[in-house]
Amino acid sequence: MQTVSLENSVAMIPNGASLMIGGFMAVGTPERLMDEIVRQNKRDLTVIANDTAMPGKGIGKLVAAKMLRKAIVSHIGLNPETQRQMMAGELEVQLVPQGTLIERIRAGGFGLGGILTQTGIGTPVQDGKQVVKVDGKAFLVETALRADFALVLAFVADYLGNLGYALTARNFNPVIAMAADTVIVSAQNIVPVGVISPDHVMTPAPVVDYLVTNS
Amino acid sequence: MESQIIIARRIARELKSGMLVNLGIGIPTLVANYLPEGLHIFFQSENGLIGTGPPPAEGMGHPMLTDAGGRPVTALPGACTFDSAMSFGLIRGGHLDLTVLGGLQVDQHGYLANWVIPKKMVPGMGGAMDLVSGAKRVIVAMQHTAKGVSKIVKKCTLPITAMRPVDLLVTELAVIGFPGGRATLLETGPGASASQVVAATEAELVIPDHVPEMALGHA
Repeated sequence: MQTVSLENSVAMIPNGASLMIGGFMAVGTPERLMDEIVRQNKRDLTVIANDTAMPGKGIGKLVAAKMLRKAIVSHIGLNPETQRQMMAGELEVQLVPQGTLIERIRAGGFGLGGILTQTGIGTPVQDGKQVVKVDGKAFLVETALRADFALVLAFVADYLGNLGYALTARNFNPVIAMAADTVIVSAQNIVPVGVISPDHVMTPAPVVDYLVTNS
Repeated sequence: MESQIIIARRIARELKSGMLVNLGIGIPTLVANYLPEGLHIFFQSENGLIGTGPPPAEGMGHPMLTDAGGRPVTALPGACTFDSAMSFGLIRGGHLDLTVLGGLQVDQHGYLANWVIPKKMVPGMGGAMDLVSGAKRVIVAMQHTAKGVSKIVKKCTLPITAMRPVDLLVTELAVIGFPGGRATLLETGPGASASQVVAATEAELVIPDHVPEMALGHA
């Protein structure tokens, strides 16, 4: 794990990169990284996340600045701008059931090719997908997802990169931290090693590549 | 009484102590307001919380303690938090005793459509497909008609949410179950007759000889 300035952390992200971003309706999204991506004017990004939040918050900032080419998400209902860009053909949106989305990411981070699920059977979600039978029940094959970068918000990080999360800000964060080639963490509190008790480490340090320094 | 309140109070009677329950946005959220005192329910918010409590007092909210709509909530004693994989493991793994969701259409076989009106309203399915596929029991809370048109139809014209039929549908006019895959009128709403329900319903309803009026949970 290396520490990195906010500016340099986002400078690593090329245009066209795929990003997994933590957060659920912007709760648990690293806002500093969102603001810096907008400031550095990154383009053609693919975002994999629970939702596109709402205008002015979290991933909604990237949508408003037209930085996304593609969004793989479960919900866009609270962001009219995402819906407008989708309808206008400016943004490709792949809607994925929330449980399927998080399991596809988990599979990507755990070395699995995908998962089998009953969610989506008989609905438009099934289109183009393989169906397999296990013990007489039909399951959809949902393939694993990975990304170039994971942008994680932790409540607490120690100097080694062990992470803990707060309340409902955990959501996608520990799962995406396993599923990207480069893991960048923004932490609300950076503390000495040992402050987080071993039982309370939710993401182990070795999966973290960069910890953004606090200003 | 407002139709939403009738629906919420009737559904409140389906909740039993010790259940793990997920309430959707809209009418389902109101159900929590009509539970008898002393009933202990584990309410799940799919963003990662069991033990979801009412909104916080002024100035006591925490920006990282929210429900699935992103609104501030409190956590009740015994609450726990977890990531989204655990949250949907609870939902899909058969651990969730009951989910209450809103609906756009329910058809006479019990199939629910509640996530998209193609080309008009495309909010995304969020957790709805997982909830309907995975919960032990699925109850739909919705108004009987929209702009005078029955929302209980012969066959859903909107894309369905899951191949799994719902267990119970509660409207302000009726409680409808689906034994043997056929919509059956189990109870009528306050002051409504079975023939009024039939007249307001596009779906074919099985009408048993005796259909009681629904009893409501406490106000």
